[in-house]
Formats: sequence, C-alpha cells, structure tokens
Amino acid sequence: MKRIISILIENKPGALARVVGLFHQRGYNIETLNVGPVFDGSYSRMSVTTRGSENDVEQITKQINKIIDVIKVSDLTEGDHHEYEFIMIKFRQSEKIQKILKGLNGKIHEKNKDVMVMSAWGPSGDIEIAIKAIGKANLFEIARSGSIGLHEGEKVLKI
Amino acid sequence: MKLSGGDLLMRALKDEGVKFIFGYPGGAALHIYDSIFKQKACEHILVRHEQGATHAADGYSRATGKPGVALVTSGPGATNAITGLATAYMDSIPLVVISGQVQSHLIGTDSFQETDMIGISRPIVKHSFIVQNTQDIPRIIQEAFHIATTGRPGPVVIDIPKDKTDPSKLYEYKRAKEISLRSYQPRVLPHPGQIKKACKKILSAERPVIYAGGGVILGNAHKELIALNKILKAPVTNTLMGLGAYPAKDKYFMGMLGMHGTYQANMAMHNADLIIAIGARFDDRITNTPSMFAPDAKIVHIDVDPASISKIINADIPIVGQVKESLLALIKEIKRSKIKIDSEALDNWNMQISQWRAKHGLDHDLYLSKIKPSMIAPQVVVQELYHATQGNAFITSDVGQHQMFVAQYYHFNKPRRWINSGGLGTMGFGLPAAMGVKLAFPKQEVVCVTGEGSIQMCIQELSTCLQYNLPIKIININNEALGMVRQWQDMNYGGRHSASTYSDSLPDFVKLAQSYGHVGMKVTKQSQLKKTLDKAFAMKDRLVFIDVYVDPNEHVYPMLVSPNGSMKDMWIKKNTKA
Repeated sequence: MKRIISILIENKPGALARVVGLFHQRGYNIETLNVGPVFDGSYSRMSVTTRGSENDVEQITKQINKIIDVIKVSDLTEGDHHEYEFIMIKFRQSEKIQKILKGLNGKIHEKNKDVMVMSAWGPSGDIEIAIKAIGKANLFEIARSGSIGLHEGEKVLKI
Repeated sequence: MKLSGGDLLMRALKDEGVKFIFGYPGGAALHIYDSIFKQKACEHILVRHEQGATHAADGYSRATGKPGVALVTSGPGATNAITGLATAYMDSIPLVVISGQVQSHLIGTDSFQETDMIGISRPIVKHSFIVQNTQDIPRIIQEAFHIATTGRPGPVVIDIPKDKTDPSKLYEYKRAKEISLRSYQPRVLPHPGQIKKACKKILSAERPVIYAGGGVILGNAHKELIALNKILKAPVTNTLMGLGAYPAKDKYFMGMLGMHGTYQANMAMHNADLIIAIGARFDDRITNTPSMFAPDAKIVHIDVDPASISKIINADIPIVGQVKESLLALIKEIKRSKIKIDSEALDNWNMQISQWRAKHGLDHDLYLSKIKPSMIAPQVVVQELYHATQGNAFITSDVGQHQMFVAQYYHFNKPRRWINSGGLGTMGFGLPAAMGVKLAFPKQEVVCVTGEGSIQMCIQELSTCLQYNLPIKIININNEALGMVRQWQDMNYGGRHSASTYSDSLPDFVKLAQSYGHVGMKVTKQSQLKKTLDKAFAMKDRLVFIDVYVDPNEHVYPMLVSPNGSMKDMWIKKNTKA
C-alpha cells in the first residue's frame, strides 16, 4: 500500500541524506520525495512516499524517528488527510495534452510555435492517471514535486 | 582566555572527564596533536593502526561504562576507523571518534588524504557532526557525548577540517550548563499502563523465561534484574552480549541462548508461555527461523529503543524506557500486586529445565577428566582459564569458535567483564579492546582469548602494549584453521575446507611475542596447560602470549539447525540432533 510519511527535520547540512540513506539501508524504496524549509526556516518538512505493509511502515517511521536530526514523524496515510502533487510539463503543441492538464487545474506558462509549458496539480492518483494518458507522443519533459500532504482536521504536525 | 580550535577541543574533552584518547596522528590532525602535547588531562595512546584505536576506545567503554574516545586523521585514518565504528554501532557502545579533515576550502576537490568521513560513516554511527565554525567545537563535543551516552548508546563522529583548529585563530571557551536538543529526547520512564499489563502477565505465567541482553549491562541494570528474579524465581538466559548481566553461578541461570546456546536455554525459550525480553533484540542468532520462534509464548519486551520492539518478533506488551527504570517500576508493581505467583507451576517448570540440563547440558568439568586426549580440547583451555583466574578476570575475545567456547564455559558473574564483538563479529577486536580495559583497570587481570586467525588481524598492537606497559595475557587457541568457517564447511559443505586452513604458514607466535618485547609460551599437551597458565599469571608486569595448540577437529555445540529450524532444533554433538 502507498504511504505518505511526513517528517520535520532540522535544517542542517547532511540531514536530508540521513533520511534518504536510511530507506536504502533498511531495504525500503522511496517513490517520491519533497523537502523545503518551513516556519522560521530552522527546520524543514519532508514528504516521502513509499510502499509497504503496516509493519513495514511502523518500522520505517520508528527508524526515521531515531535519526537525531528528525524532530517529528507521522504517517499521513494512517488517518484522513489531504494529499496533492504538482507537475510541470513541456510538450509540442497538443490539444490532447492541454485538455488533460486543464482537468487538473492546468495553467499555461509558455506558449509558442514549437513548445508549450504547463503546470497542473491534483491528487497524486489523478496525476498518475494523467501522466499515463498523456503518453509519449509530443512530450518533451516532465517534472514532479512528489506528493505533499497534511492531516485533515485539527491534527497538526508541528514543533 | 581565548583558545585555538585544538585547545578548545582538548578543554572540552577534559570537561567531559576524558582520561584516554586512542589515536594516530596525520596531516589533517596535526594542529590537534599539538594541542594534545600542551595539556596533561587526557593521555594519548598511540596505537599502530586506527582500527586498534577504535577497538581500544570501545573496550575501555565496555569495561567502564564511560564513553571511549578515538582520534584519527583524514582519508585513510578515517577509513581505517570504520570497522571499529561499525563494531561499536552494532553493540550500542558509546564512542566519540574525532577525525581530522582536509581544510574547508579543499573539501570536494579530491585533495590529498580527503575522504567524505561523514558520508562513509553515516549508516554506522548514531550521529555525526562536521565542524563549520571553530567556536562551535565545545558545544559539538558536549552534544556528541550527550548523544553517544544517552538513550540507546552508540558511536558519534566529529569531523574537523584542519583550518578549524588553526593555532593562530583564538576563541572564547563556553560550556553550556545542560544539553537539550529538540529533536532528541530519548524516553527514560516506562508507561505505567504497560508496566501494569506486564506485571499481570508475568505473575500469571506458568512457564516464564527471562531473556536478558546487552541492554541490561549498558543500562547498568544488573542489580535490578537480580532483584526482579529474587521475586519471580524464573529461569534466566543471557544473550552473548548480556553475559554477566545475571550471575552465572545463580541456580536460575541457564547459560547463553541462541545459535550456540545451551540446550536448556534454547528448549526453555521454545517451550515458554511467556518471554520477558529485557534489553535484547531478537536477532537472527537468537530466534532461528522467526516464524517458528517460541510458538506458545507471549512476549513482554523492555527496550530503550522503540525500533527494536516488534522488529523481528511481535511484542504483546511493549515497554519503551530505560531498562533500569523499567525494571524498578516492574518490581514495584509486582510487590503491590495481589496476584499470587503459581509456584507449583513454576517449580515444575524449573524442574523441567533441570532435566534438560541433565540430559544435554554442557560438561563444565572436562578439565578434570582422567582420560587425557592426545590433543587439548579448546573447551578445556577455557575451563582451566576460568579456574586460574577464579572467574574474576576481564575477558576480551575475538570472533569464532574460541569466542563461543568462552561464552559457554567461562562463568561471568559480574557485568562488563565479558568484552566481545557480538553484533558485527569483528575479528581483530580482542587485543586492542584488552588494551582499553587494561588502561582502565591496571590492577585487574585482563585476558584476551583469541585464535590464530583473529589475532593476526590486529597483531601490530603488541607494540602499543610494550610502549604503554600493558601486561595483558593473550591465550591463543590455536587450531591452525579458521575454526568456525571450518566447522560450517564440515557440517554444510562436505568437509571441503575452502580457504580456511594455513597450517604451513603460521608464524612462530612465541618468537613473534618475543620480538615485540613480550613473553611467549607454547602449550601442546594438556598436562602443561595449568602449569603454564599459572606461570603466566604469576608474571604480573609482563604481557604473556600463550600459544595453545588445540584439536582442530573440535566443533562448537550445541548448534541451532538452520535454515528452517526453530530454537528446539539443535545439533548436540557431531551427527546427533536433539
């Protein structure tokens, strides 16, 4: 099952590598990864998507928690949550692609004779479907933010 | 007064109470070495290889409970320290390893003796620091010692670029009153609700087993463990790392468990209805096949590291907390409880264990046998050593058959007396570790039990022992082969001894010890054994290397049947399964 693990981590050199390295050390895969400083910038929020059973994820979160620079860890998928992914796509003018992206909050950033750049965002499941539907024809490149998410309701992951 | 980076470092180490630094100089560490020269609080021990430095610091830590400190230079100095770091990491030993690094502006340029120590050591340290500002050195040292010694202990690396210890740049020394890290707050006290649940389960068990590991020793909780079992009267087994946590002479002690554990300990685990795991981590050398592990047992698991709980074997009642605090809470709860222990069931259970012990238990009186075989049995060497030292010595070991024979036949009644690389299984550990122990306890007997394979992995430290006058005793159990490898080849590979023998090319260990300025002795007959040991131990101020030739065909038994075996499936002797 797909999991989104949110991590608050000290914004220190090498901290990110500790988390990424741990997945490999313990035999788990990272599907997507997003990181950026939040609040006063002294710490960052990471969102990692991975696949595994409940036991796997329990072990991963415990191991991540042991990293000294990690302040808090939460498996968003344990409860109700919001989850989105942002993508940017460069393609040769294509009605089909434009139409698909429009359905996902699509926005045009550049448009000329040969090239078009658009962004879109939505639940990562929808993004996956869109990427499959777009296929290879007319597609130049694609960049994904990876899933990010927050708990629903009053539950917060904060220092 | 303002201090240079090197002086700040030494001052901070002094304030942490560091007595010894095990190290080896080199370019990137030279400013630090100049600062070492100018102070007296910490004695520097010059090893002959950086692996020796980390193992010596590790041995010092295991024997004293204090953190060990090693200092190495950049590049090869740092990479040579890696095996020692991994050894300490696997056994949760608090070390602070300081590595010199090339100057900041050269980092990333493939400069001379540059290696990414932080990157290389990342998976085998509890934490690591790189010094970016000289004035941070005192804080980093404080944090490093705090992290290394609290929670589940472990090694910490501090990488210091050479320019951060520049003698011409001076800074104020500041020491914080206390260390508090928002991202690191290990749990100390157990959850009271979990203690209540555990108490109920424990008191109503009919076939309980206490399975205690290295965490009891690291957490200084052996007295609490003894106190707990004064009430429970349950059979106790220790892991390889836990030997000494519960006194071997106690009637409830079953010996070690696991791969080469005693018959009664493994049978008790398999047949238990409750396993009380204390500071132990159910590793693969204990459980055998996890799905076949202790089928009837409920598990109470006490550990300071939540990630150790339910990692391999699911815990029914997890208790996260320091072992000492958890045991104290448990004892208090048990004393308060109205549930009566079913002593009839417990008597029957202890009786069953006695029967197992009588059936296939280890023979601790082999050395008394009137029939002397033509070759010395390695077990007899350990038994004679036990009697020669009255069981009071600090014993370090390397890895392999000799290590298992000590674990089986030397009865450890006190914690921190048995010093060996359990998790990583590092050959070469024993001699440098013994140096660290001897420096900490110069008046105590320190013995390194090793094999002719292992000893050659850090033999150069004999030179260090001469320089610092460390009169340890080395018992080389010499079977002219990599014994444990050979045993597996005998049992699983049709006796094809691939790359496990070298009898024609072994050094003359007596001459080798002598050339390092020590005493060498050789034993080939059992009749010489006791006399030689007595003679060696009488030489209080000399390092004595005793080369004991033993039967190369001897195997370590019991041995768990694997793969696809449970803890009750054991080889009891050659070609005989229990």
